Amino acid sequence: MDAAKRYFRSPAAVIGLILLLLVIAMAVSAGFLYPRDPLALAGRPLVWPFSNPRFLLGTDNSGRDIAAQIFYGARISLLIGGVATMIAILIGILVGAFAGYYGGWVDNVLMRITEAFQTLPNFVLLLVLVAVFGSTLTTVTIAVGVVSWPAPARLTRAEFLSLRNREFVQAGKTLGMKDVQLILGEILPNALPPVIVYASVVMAVAILLESALAFLRLSDPNVASWGNLIGLGRDVLRVQWYVSAIPGIAILVTVLAVSLVGQGLNDALNPRLKSR
Amino acid sequence: MRILSLAGRRLAASIPTLFLILIGVFLLLQLAPGDTVDALMAQMGGGDAATAEALRKFYGLDLSVPAQLGNYLWHLVRLDLGFSSIYGKPVANVILERLPPTILLMTASLSFAFFFGLVFGVIAARGVNRWPDTMISTLGLIFYATPSFWFGLMAIVVFSVYLQWLPPGGFEDIGTVQTGIWRVLDIAAHLVLPTLTLGLIFLAIYLRIMRASMLEVLNLDFVRTARAKGLDETHVITRHVLRNALLPMVTLIGLQAGTMLGGSVVVESVFSLPGLGRLAYESVVQRDLNTLLGIVFVSALLVISVNFVVDLLYARLDPRIAAEG
Repeated sequence: MDAAKRYFRSPAAVIGLILLLLVIAMAVSAGFLYPRDPLALAGRPLVWPFSNPRFLLGTDNSGRDIAAQIFYGARISLLIGGVATMIAILIGILVGAFAGYYGGWVDNVLMRITEAFQTLPNFVLLLVLVAVFGSTLTTVTIAVGVVSWPAPARLTRAEFLSLRNREFVQAGKTLGMKDVQLILGEILPNALPPVIVYASVVMAVAILLESALAFLRLSDPNVASWGNLIGLGRDVLRVQWYVSAIPGIAILVTVLAVSLVGQGLNDALNPRLKSR
Repeated sequence: MRILSLAGRRLAASIPTLFLILIGVFLLLQLAPGDTVDALMAQMGGGDAATAEALRKFYGLDLSVPAQLGNYLWHLVRLDLGFSSIYGKPVANVILERLPPTILLMTASLSFAFFFGLVFGVIAARGVNRWPDTMISTLGLIFYATPSFWFGLMAIVVFSVYLQWLPPGGFEDIGTVQTGIWRVLDIAAHLVLPTLTLGLIFLAIYLRIMRASMLEVLNLDFVRTARAKGLDETHVITRHVLRNALLPMVTLIGLQAGTMLGGSVVVESVFSLPGLGRLAYESVVQRDLNTLLGIVFVSALLVISVNFVVDLLYARLDPRIAAEG
């Protein structure tokens, strides 16, 4: 495993991995450490952090435990970020693969649509989608995925364009393989690594998009999301600024971790990509 | 002239894209619960079914969806974006009123991000893998991961609440009527924090691209030639490297125009700036779908015009592009 060795040689990548594992550990242990509903009333409102051992990170304006919300928020952020990224990558691969493989009018039509999605600011499209379909956890996740696919689609298309006339594809064609077999079984595995690495960028942006939406109170209000908490803390910003500050740091750390891991993966896989 | 025709052709090619967006979003909004008349009735405090019927007929909402779409596009060609029932004015007027703060904010943020991204990128590339580079690259990574709205809130806490240097929000001081230079200064003071907030993530992106692009160009043959003929380092950097290294940065402006417009929705909400982004947010909350569709149109138009300017700039920076046409 040369790539793994190269990955662990970079300190930034290792730090990113540790931070990411930390966030994952928070998400996993949330139910165990805080068995109660994180959105339930826990104590007096606006207790400062470190002043009461029962509430390590204090309480928010309505007396809910901030630490519990941070732990459960890790779940929501990873869930939305992960699922939205999978949706975006899946659509992107499908569109990019067909456009790159078939070329001609298929490519033309699909790229026009991609261009349309790229011309419209993705946050504005997100607002339109939320206005139409409402803001539950499911709709927000799908909406974030739907606005994030154009970049992976372009990347996949570029890979397919460079791969579709290689010998192994022509050999497959001569053997009488069907287009779908060629696309999924032969070309896609070779086109996948850069797209997978790019997924980290998509995920970082997806987490930021959801938190911005939640901050504007347009995401699901019934889940403990970091963005929701920041939006809530805005009402008491002048004095109890910690209510907004703490979840913001959680978002920063998570996005930083995801980007560092992505960059580390990219650097670890890069020498191989260059020699190809 | 060649440059113009080249950029013009790209511009013409984006017209079908614009229509695709409009038709797509128009059809999407048909699925939204409630229409303009529902919003209007809610504003009036309710009414009977007959009134709603009459209103729907008045706004042409009783027609079939394709007919409504045709109507909308036909009006659009004459720059008529319809009527906003919430604001009681034509949508075009509402948007035009809100456009200046957004354009000002975007221009300021872009200049800030571009300039400092360029400077930091050059500094990082000059001392690659030494401490200035490590520090700048780390800062860039952190800026990239910072949610803009959170940074904005924290900036308000530090600079407006504790230090009281800058106003916490708004476009200008409405308490006192100011004119001339004082008004300009007042607006500038109000825009400092929003500009930093919106520009931060783009600063991170620009400095990373600038650093990479500098490193690439520094290794090219013509740079070695320039050094070999005895030019001093400053001259080599400013005259020879910078111009070539700038190309990816300019490309990025076009690519990021949409993202920046999206970011201004959030930033304008944080600082309560009466701009296009805030209008987009308000029209979602108030279910003013006509205005929302108008904003979609105008923001797509903005992105397309930014890309047009970028094409011109690009050809100016690199004459080969115009020559190859």
